[in-house]
Amino acid sequence: MKTNADVLTQNTGNSTRKRKKLNFTSLIASTPMIIVAIGLFVICAGYSIMLSFTKSKLFPKFNWVGFDQYERLWSTTRWVTSVENLLIYGSLFIIFCLVAGFLMAVFLDQKVRFENGFRTLFLYPYAMSLVVTGLVWQWMMEPSLGIQNVVQELGWESFRFAPLVNPELAIYGILIAAVWQSSGLVMALMLAGLRGVDSEIWKAAKVDGIPTWRTYLFIVLPMMRPVLITSLVLLCVGVVRVYDLVVAQTGGGPGMATEMPAKFVIDHITVRNNVGLGMAAATMMLLPVLLVIGPWIYREYVKKGSRA
Amino acid sequence: MAHDITPSGPKPSRLSVARIGVYGFLAMSAIFFAIPLYVMIVTSLKGMPEIRLGDLFALPNDPSFAAWVKAWAQACTGVSCNGIHEGFWNSVVITVPSVVFSIMLGAINGYALSFWRFKGANIVFAILLFGAFVPFQVVIYPLIIFLREVGLYGSLTGIVLVHMAFGMPIMTLLFRNYFSSLPEELFKAARVDGAGFWQIFFQIVMPLSVPVTVVAVILQTTGIWNDYLLGLIFAGHDNLPMTVQLNNIVTTTFGVREYNVNMAATMLTAIVPLAIYLISGKYFVRGIAAGAVKG
Repeated sequence: MKTNADVLTQNTGNSTRKRKKLNFTSLIASTPMIIVAIGLFVICAGYSIMLSFTKSKLFPKFNWVGFDQYERLWSTTRWVTSVENLLIYGSLFIIFCLVAGFLMAVFLDQKVRFENGFRTLFLYPYAMSLVVTGLVWQWMMEPSLGIQNVVQELGWESFRFAPLVNPELAIYGILIAAVWQSSGLVMALMLAGLRGVDSEIWKAAKVDGIPTWRTYLFIVLPMMRPVLITSLVLLCVGVVRVYDLVVAQTGGGPGMATEMPAKFVIDHITVRNNVGLGMAAATMMLLPVLLVIGPWIYREYVKKGSRA
Repeated sequence: MAHDITPSGPKPSRLSVARIGVYGFLAMSAIFFAIPLYVMIVTSLKGMPEIRLGDLFALPNDPSFAAWVKAWAQACTGVSCNGIHEGFWNSVVITVPSVVFSIMLGAINGYALSFWRFKGANIVFAILLFGAFVPFQVVIYPLIIFLREVGLYGSLTGIVLVHMAFGMPIMTLLFRNYFSSLPEELFKAARVDGAGFWQIFFQIVMPLSVPVTVVAVILQTTGIWNDYLLGLIFAGHDNLPMTVQLNNIVTTTFGVREYNVNMAATMLTAIVPLAIYLISGKYFVRGIAAGAVKG
């Protein structure tokens, strides 16, 4: 496909010289973009990957050690635990957010009263920072003054809701806070998607006598594939960046129960002074992103090479 | 057959079992979402003796803003005990220029990518798009080294530049998608009349871009205000944003933990994005969806 500039210069019959000049202005205007794209996302990322093959401790040094850092990384308990935590947390987070978001959107779609009120209430946590989220839930999960205490005082003595002090359960404490913060996002996207569904579909389903819930699940949901993909992408990005929430809510503890890869990297380039190992971990974080996003961007934007 | 359906049978009663189920589910969800905000507010209005009684959900007997005052002006944020107000102003000083400049850059980038594609624009855009998904951790360390070399590490300029750079992918994408939807004829007509790159940008494209700019302002203001990691690493000791100071207040207290002060500080930090959310309404939702790349 022709670009706008090409079309224009042909239509108006401008000389090549003028086109060159315009291209030049556009190039100058795009300089910051080029600097950020190349400088930050190519050179910086490349530099990080390079450092992962060195023995750098506090400062970057180029004493190559091959894949040593990666071997060490995968034999480091803290890292392996972090990855396991991320997999548990990430998969549950995505499932819960999608299910809760979809349910809330469907129920809001039933021509209910106060729809705006409900919607505002479901989405407000998404406007708040993860630090705020973590601190509030930390307070509510406090063993002796929080929710656990309130329910026990009501007479249910064996009630337990203090996941953050239990290494087995702490990750689920983080999960609850994260789902609280993010499921409204899925609700908002899905509700917009539901509103976009052709009303003829509903009429047809009614005529065929298909129950409402089946229509939602087997007809409408598959039609909302783009919305699902959007939600999934946004949730995945959120999963990898879970750092703030963990730092505020548990600090990675108790023990290593809520350590995450994002925190592992930051810890190793700041307090732990082991840049080589930290960068090996960062490279491992980059890998899944490259494998999933890379081919998709290439197919959608580079190969097509036109305005989408 | 499907085009002529008229309602038949009795009108469904207003309170069928299904209706009760719908409202029941929505009410339960509403409670789940409202509780943390409620707890935050009532805790911040109580005194410590009342909090120690353990009635988390009880309304304060004698509501007082003492904890808010202390959180604002006296709470200890690590070394100093001047409250969170310093962090508030730091966040303002960081957020305002970061938002303004990142939106300007995003608009120019989107405009150049939509109407004036230079050679290799596709590649640059693809890299930028990829940048939207890269975890900060991958590029943070080299960025620290670079900013240290040029003497901007731990300065206000440094953190603003960092926010501009990390905000660029999403801003560029947002404006590019919007500009792609503008009619090309408009642009062509301006070109025929001899308007140049900047003239078209300022006189034709930007006046049409008020809605998308509002979305961008909301997205960037809440995003930068809520940022923790970048502020912690790049802002430097004198410019620590509110989120970092808040975390310091809550996690580094010695002795008795003052939950009312903690919650007051938390509320103070949450108020700005919360206000933006309540005022902006549908624009906020559009901003969220802007992160969604059209495939």
